[in-house]
Amino acid sequence: MVQFSATARLDASFAALSDATRRGVLEQLARAEASITDLAERFHMTLTGMKKHIQVLERAGLVVTEKIGRVRTCRLGAQGLAEEAAWIAGYHQLWNARFDALDEIIAELKAKENKDEPERH
Amino acid sequence: MSLNATEFGATKVSRTSDTEVEATRLFDAPPHLVWRAWTTPELFQRWWAPRSMGVPMHVRELDVRVGGGYRIEFEAEGSQVWAFFGKYIEVIPNTRIVWTNEEGGDTGPISSVTFEERDGKTLVTFQERYPTKEALDEGIGAAEGLPEQLAQLAELLAEMG
Repeated sequence: MVQFSATARLDASFAALSDATRRGVLEQLARAEASITDLAERFHMTLTGMKKHIQVLERAGLVVTEKIGRVRTCRLGAQGLAEEAAWIAGYHQLWNARFDALDEIIAELKAKENKDEPERH
Repeated sequence: MSLNATEFGATKVSRTSDTEVEATRLFDAPPHLVWRAWTTPELFQRWWAPRSMGVPMHVRELDVRVGGGYRIEFEAEGSQVWAFFGKYIEVIPNTRIVWTNEEGGDTGPISSVTFEERDGKTLVTFQERYPTKEALDEGIGAAEGLPEQLAQLAELLAEMG
């Protein structure tokens, strides 16, 4: 059972997924593993720029890398985890936004009720 | 009475089984107010699609009683409309609502929300239960539409502090 409740891990996933290139890299890696050089070329980036993106994804546990000889190969973290983490992150974002808005409305209702019925215990 | 700020405003999301996912949060008001915000069309419309989603939503029907239906429409690009609809299968005032999601055929989840009174506050648990693990995984597959929402995550993170 995977528990994603407000952990540092989830925050890291949010940050990792907030960038279009990094989401593109995850999609790419979902198809096949690739070296950082491959990814840099595919996304028209410098090697250094791509390394930074990979580091962010690695910290969030979405990607694992392995150095074989002179080549660092990247693949998705635990099987399907990246996809699930992305989905859970999106789900969390949606419900957090909804609950924030709901909270405001409930506060209004509460204020109104207290005003209308000040004597009620 | 001083309130522990960390108890509020924390939305928890977890996949509770192969076929279930839930979102919970504690609200600083009694259940009957949360119920009102959830079942009154004008109020529901204001939070189900919060402005931050950036998609105008219209509640066409919200008939919260057993056998009653709901229909929510989102304005898409041009004149397109995304409709979400279903019916209520269990309704216990101030306590629990269960409804179907029929826009996706028969693999749609059953949704439920429970309002539990906790010392004058309300613990809200929203749950979606899919008929099979495959149906939930398909839901995850459908998350390809999510990047648009995820783009707002940085902003959200900043707000969450």
